[in-house]
Amino acid sequence: MNLPSTRALPSTRTPLAPRTPLAPRRLRRLPLNLAALAVLVTAAFPVYWMVATAFKPTAEIQSATPTFLPLHPTLDHFSTAIHAPGFGGYWRNSLLVTLGAVLLSLLVALLAAYAVGRLRWRGRRAFLLLVFTAQMAPWEALLIPMYVIARDTDMLDSLSMLTLVYFMTTLPFTIVTLRGFLAAVPAELEEAAQVDGCTRAAAFRRITLPLLAPGLLATSLFGFITAWNEFAFANTLIIKNQDARTLPVWLSSFANVFGTDWGATMAAATLFMLPVLLVFLFLQNKVTTGMTAGAVKG
Amino acid sequence: MPTDASPPLRTRIRPYLLIAPTLVGAAYLLLYPVARNLVISVQHFRMAELIRGGAPFVGFDNYTTLLTDPKFWTVTLRTLGWTALNTVLITGLGTLVALMLVRLGRRMRLAVMSALVLVWATPVIAATTVFQWLFQSRFGVVNWALDQLGLHGYHDYAWFAHSGATFTVLVLLVVWQSVPFAALTLYGGLTTIPAELYESARIDGAGAWQTFRLVTVPVLRPLFALVTSLEVIWTFKCFAQIWVVSQGGPNGATTTLPVYAFQIAQNLHKYDLGSAASTLTVLILLAALVTTLRRMHRQEGAEA
Repeated sequence: MNLPSTRALPSTRTPLAPRTPLAPRRLRRLPLNLAALAVLVTAAFPVYWMVATAFKPTAEIQSATPTFLPLHPTLDHFSTAIHAPGFGGYWRNSLLVTLGAVLLSLLVALLAAYAVGRLRWRGRRAFLLLVFTAQMAPWEALLIPMYVIARDTDMLDSLSMLTLVYFMTTLPFTIVTLRGFLAAVPAELEEAAQVDGCTRAAAFRRITLPLLAPGLLATSLFGFITAWNEFAFANTLIIKNQDARTLPVWLSSFANVFGTDWGATMAAATLFMLPVLLVFLFLQNKVTTGMTAGAVKG
Repeated sequence: MPTDASPPLRTRIRPYLLIAPTLVGAAYLLLYPVARNLVISVQHFRMAELIRGGAPFVGFDNYTTLLTDPKFWTVTLRTLGWTALNTVLITGLGTLVALMLVRLGRRMRLAVMSALVLVWATPVIAATTVFQWLFQSRFGVVNWALDQLGLHGYHDYAWFAHSGATFTVLVLLVVWQSVPFAALTLYGGLTTIPAELYESARIDGAGAWQTFRLVTVPVLRPLFALVTSLEVIWTFKCFAQIWVVSQGGPNGATTTLPVYAFQIAQNLHKYDLGSAASTLTVLILLAALVTTLRRMHRQEGAEA
């Protein structure tokens, strides 16, 4: 830990450092910084390699000695990926399903979080336990019954079934998180507005909702990532209608799409990652402020 | 409860109206599928029954079939090994990285944390695709690097044709994806430990290992329990990575329980056996987590 060790033990240490003061400290930190560098490279390299490959001409990709910087960067692979059959449609499908699921789950969770966080009622504890249990639900184990249910209700190959499934998979987490964020907004503010003549709903909409905005954004980020990435259900529930496929399924079948065109595959993977990265960067500030607010108050 | 009669009905039913959408959603998309899964697992439910309907009940035949099949036990043992190996690696490496982060200078720490967040934000399928490219036999950079290091056996080595090698790549992939969450969560916990605790430990003459064992571990125990059980759930149920990389192959070497259930249902159209396998998967996972789950429920119950 970054402890003020010299202050704690002034007599045994050498606080005034008679010899060169900085060099030994630097030297002592060298293994630590080398380890940090190793972690940094290990973490970042695969992502770097994906992006770098996407920009390399095919000749550079298929060379016996890999080049670590694209010598002649090209956008050809991105063009191949974008012009691949169905690409635009799969993007649209993924966006529709993801945004639909996130919005639906935010709305439903907001109602439930309000009931749990602001009102006293019989069965509240049982409801919370249900939500916590649902959070650990074994979704992958439900692939077969979901398939059968979708088939029975004529919802196979439909994006609405997928949206509903993603809504349900993200809902418990959304309720739990929103409840935490709601706890950080003092109920007294709402009560004051009610005293001033607002209805309960209006007080919530005008006072609490704006304060809850960072929490809503942070929560939707996690829902977005979960739904955007989901593979197993998308792969099971969309079978015959290939036009209704989502990006993860399309990307996973790259071998059939691009053959051994690794440049195009890496370009497609880069494009697939882009929205998540953008959402992450855009929301990071709000996520951290929201989290701190929750931590301080909660 | 006589006092309950005083508020108007509207106020009393409000909470139940607010949670109604959640309950309807959970009933249709969680409880019904769970019940349906249980029913299918005690029926004879194959391709014909899926089309015609009217599946006959067969009692526990499907469970008997599975439990007497040596392949099921091989898969179960492999799943437990896969989960244990991944969880130990993720929690261990996550702890080391977290301990490293608190000791780093500000700029280096920011750099490492950004890289970890980048990994965390990488979608599973994108990461899976990249690992296939890293370990590609002819132009994969891993084979090139191993060859340069003098391990010439890895020149054009086909990772995905060998069972042990495929298993290794999958472990590397899952560990690489999961360490950031563990490391960042544990780092968050470490920053909350008061410096005085470490100071007094130092004054008492505790070494680095003793300090870690006697100060850090006890304070972070709840967080360790949370991270470990989340990683157990996550790696046990892990499906997408395995399916995309190997579909459980080569020769079934990477078939874990979720992959196994999917294979017998989707490829062999034995939905009944698949449902029974899913049920057993969940039961095994619950058994493995029972103590943690009980503790979590107790805490939440007390809080609510």
